[in-house]
Amino acid sequence: MPEFFHRKIERNAIGFVVAIVAVASIGGLVEIAPLFTIHQTVEEAPDMRVYTPLELAGRNIYIREGCYACHSQMIRTLRDEVERYGPYSLAVESKYDHPMLWGSKRTGPDLARIGDKYSDAWHVRHLINPRDVVPESVMPKYGWLARNELRIEDLGAHLVAQQDVGVPYTQEMVDNATRDAYGQATPDTDAASGVSERYGAATQVRAFDGDPARVTEMDALVAYLQILGRLTEAPYKQSAAAEAGE
Amino acid sequence: MDLGKQDPVTGRVTTGHEWNGIEELETPIPRVVFFFLGAAFLVSVICWFLYPTWPLIWTYSKGLLGIDQRVTVTEQVERATEARSVWTAQVLDKSYADIEADPALMHLVTETGRTLFVDKCAACHGVNATGGPGFPDLAAKAWLWDGEPEAIEETIRVGINSTNDDTRTSQMLAFGRDGILPADEVGDVVAYVRSLSGLQPAEGDAARLDKGRQVFADNCVACHGEDAKGNKDVGAPDLTDANWLYGSDVQSVFSTVYSGRQGHMPNWGAKLSPLDIKILTLYVHTLKGAEN
Repeated sequence: MPEFFHRKIERNAIGFVVAIVAVASIGGLVEIAPLFTIHQTVEEAPDMRVYTPLELAGRNIYIREGCYACHSQMIRTLRDEVERYGPYSLAVESKYDHPMLWGSKRTGPDLARIGDKYSDAWHVRHLINPRDVVPESVMPKYGWLARNELRIEDLGAHLVAQQDVGVPYTQEMVDNATRDAYGQATPDTDAASGVSERYGAATQVRAFDGDPARVTEMDALVAYLQILGRLTEAPYKQSAAAEAGE
Repeated sequence: MDLGKQDPVTGRVTTGHEWNGIEELETPIPRVVFFFLGAAFLVSVICWFLYPTWPLIWTYSKGLLGIDQRVTVTEQVERATEARSVWTAQVLDKSYADIEADPALMHLVTETGRTLFVDKCAACHGVNATGGPGFPDLAAKAWLWDGEPEAIEETIRVGINSTNDDTRTSQMLAFGRDGILPADEVGDVVAYVRSLSGLQPAEGDAARLDKGRQVFADNCVACHGEDAKGNKDVGAPDLTDANWLYGSDVQSVFSTVYSGRQGHMPNWGAKLSPLDIKILTLYVHTLKGAEN
């Protein structure tokens, strides 16, 4: 029977084309069809905020240095992960991640809940030489981050690119991107106050690398690491609700 | 197009195609492959009904088993918590002194505490709690903020200079950088402070001691006390002991006085349950110094 079927379809050009199109579209369907019900899979998180320009610059450095190759940002719904790292990751937490950095390999630990777990000073020392604070670490050194001045003048364009893929940055945020990036790493300057105005009072404004005089790549990366898992309180609320029996 | 033509050599049927005189034997896929292919499709169809799969127009098929990974993991954690409640309930109910007096319970607390400590605290304080430059040695028991269990619990819960509203706050002023003291007076007080714990004096220190004592009395006693023994209410360290958080050499002490210091401990109340904090408190309070 199969021999007969194949023989027949192979000899019918139109039929064969239709069959190819049908088979090839399965891949697309599998990726596209789940989006029809995306409102059911992505949770509500009204308090979710966008990345500040400094955090976005840090995120770009995270991508540039290939951190995602060894660190995931996705706590799975498994007991050992939830007990070690904290509440499992929600879809909504990656809402403004373009591209997402979930990762699939953990040479180092998961970083989805690293924000506010350690001090800035620890992150700075750890990035300069991981062995200083974790003797058994195999992570490379990233000392140049503390020396490199951060490029902030084109951050407005980065925000526009994010706007284009659906991140709700306002025109005011775009116009002030460079100023905000500078302000977030230099408390006590005029530029600093605008950051919490535009991105919320809970935004962390401080000299992340310990030096308020310069804005370095270290400032940006530490600012990004310190906000991971803290853009919204939704995962914590969800797990608290589950503990209370929903 | 003569299907079924026999190949004279092998005696088998050919496909009927001919390319420049070359013909191909008909070698159909074995039946057993189709059997397993069919079986695999059947399994997947059954799974469609059992598990959440197909997007429908307004919702998606939830599956007959009603499985949700998020519910599953929550239940697993609940079951594990319940299984541990045999002894964790005692930890929550009893006072610190009572728990420490109960060796069987303390054994469980220490085992659990070590895992928690290594995961949450060891990054800064070290696996053996011996700290490092800028990160306090907890095994040495040179407490900046009192070493009673209740005080340790509070420190873990609210943190130091953290984002918590009730955080413990402490700052060593930048006496040199902010122009409170000229550089030579900073040098004087560094010589004096180092002499308090009997450190090897640097060259010329002996001559600066008197002046340093005066500078200390005028600027430092508010936090560190007249006897330089520190003040645990404001996290000011004892300057007469052998513990130096930021190093005891002249350069380190000088930069502490000149540029100031402000350590930071995260507020673990936001991340850990009261039980975990109590277990960690007990673990830290009963640390027996460096083990390795």
